[in-house]
Amino acid sequence: MSRVATEANDLEDIEIGLLLEGLYRAYGFDFREYSRASIKRRILEMMRAEKLETVSALQERVLHDAACLDRFLLGLSVHATAMFRDPSFYLTFRRKVVPLLKTYPTVQIWVAGCSTGEEVYSLAILLQEERLYKRCRIYATDISRAVLRKARDGIFPLAAMREYTNNYHQAGGANEFSDYYTAQYDSVIFSTALKSNVVFSEHNLATDGSFNEFQVILCRNVMIYFNKDLQARVHNLLYDSLSMFGVFGLGNKESLKFTPRAAFYEHLNDKDKLFRKVM
Amino acid sequence: MSFEIIVVGASTGGLKALQILLSELSAKFSLPLVIVQHRGKDMETGLCEFLARSGRLPVREPEDKETLLPGHAYLAPRDYHLMIQSGSFALSTESPVGFARPSIDVLFESAANEYQDRAIGVILTGANHDGARGLAAIKAQGGLTVVEDPATATCREMPDAAINLTKVDWILPLSEMAAGLHKLTNSTKRYES
Repeated sequence: MSRVATEANDLEDIEIGLLLEGLYRAYGFDFREYSRASIKRRILEMMRAEKLETVSALQERVLHDAACLDRFLLGLSVHATAMFRDPSFYLTFRRKVVPLLKTYPTVQIWVAGCSTGEEVYSLAILLQEERLYKRCRIYATDISRAVLRKARDGIFPLAAMREYTNNYHQAGGANEFSDYYTAQYDSVIFSTALKSNVVFSEHNLATDGSFNEFQVILCRNVMIYFNKDLQARVHNLLYDSLSMFGVFGLGNKESLKFTPRAAFYEHLNDKDKLFRKVM
Repeated sequence: MSFEIIVVGASTGGLKALQILLSELSAKFSLPLVIVQHRGKDMETGLCEFLARSGRLPVREPEDKETLLPGHAYLAPRDYHLMIQSGSFALSTESPVGFARPSIDVLFESAANEYQDRAIGVILTGANHDGARGLAAIKAQGGLTVVEDPATATCREMPDAAINLTKVDWILPLSEMAAGLHKLTNSTKRYES
């Protein structure tokens, strides 16, 4: 029993490798260096959703059916996030980063891997409240066109607003959070003023290069999906894209420790994953 | 057979159960012990410290890509799924599975995948069905499956669900769990030497 299961498991791993290789060679989407544990889970989930028995069958459909390819890409790139996720990160941003940014005439910000945009709107609200938004330009990028469309729309489920309101206040927000959106049925749409200085565009961290120099780069809970080699490459890319003394933000459970750029940054405080490029 | 990891899943009633389990594990315990405890937003602060105070093993919430060390206990951080890949932790913010993030199933399935018959899965008290599928995956790969005796568990639903889905190897009351795990890891050493 167990040997059979182990062989089936090994075979599945081979098929997943072939699927990712095919996807790269046919369409240029490169998931080959994504963390296998998570990508395997998602592929098996999609296999079940498509009612297919094997990864090879999924490969056939992904390569020959454009609609299935879209579903597949969306499935791999949606990460469930929240506005003002980890409020203390945003509180520290308000207290420690905002004063730094006020010394610049213009501020270029990159939200790398913005997914459906929760982080972008959170940041825009914070910058507006700190009277900095007008001199900022936020580049919000993601690999997936489908999630960028959602981010650009700025429509989120009404049911999430209680949590987001809570987060917002814990993050130092002093206004009524509902001032920033209009509710309709079971959705809310965020104020278009929040995206007036936001550029949404496609960018693939695995294969594309740097496109500007930034004073702030946030890349939170994006590289956790990459394996160590790809993480190292992306850390180099982000480092190269950050101006000297620029600020770099990671997710709460991400670390610079295991990367080639650890020594080039300084912690802004002990707790939150906010760093400053110092060499 | 030698085991390389123990994964533990707990939900309602889990604090007390984990406290007892950790308090009875020796400081020389030779495997990494990885724990998913379901918790609400309010339970965030202090859980790791509480578990560290409960026993002799160092307990920490791992960061992404951190290497697993023997004799350490790891607690899945709130609001992330925890997986294991190539001897390191991999975190994810994928959607909750069965309303849970971290999900016991996600951790257990990744442990089954990574360690095959060298994984031990332990299901403790809980009032839902998380972990049943994950434990089945560990069993299917030839790993060892252990479930807290539903008769004495604070909440029997989670142990019951695991037992219903898998022909588990051991059903133990909490009071005998640590001794059982010690026996397994000691036999590990004997086979290795």
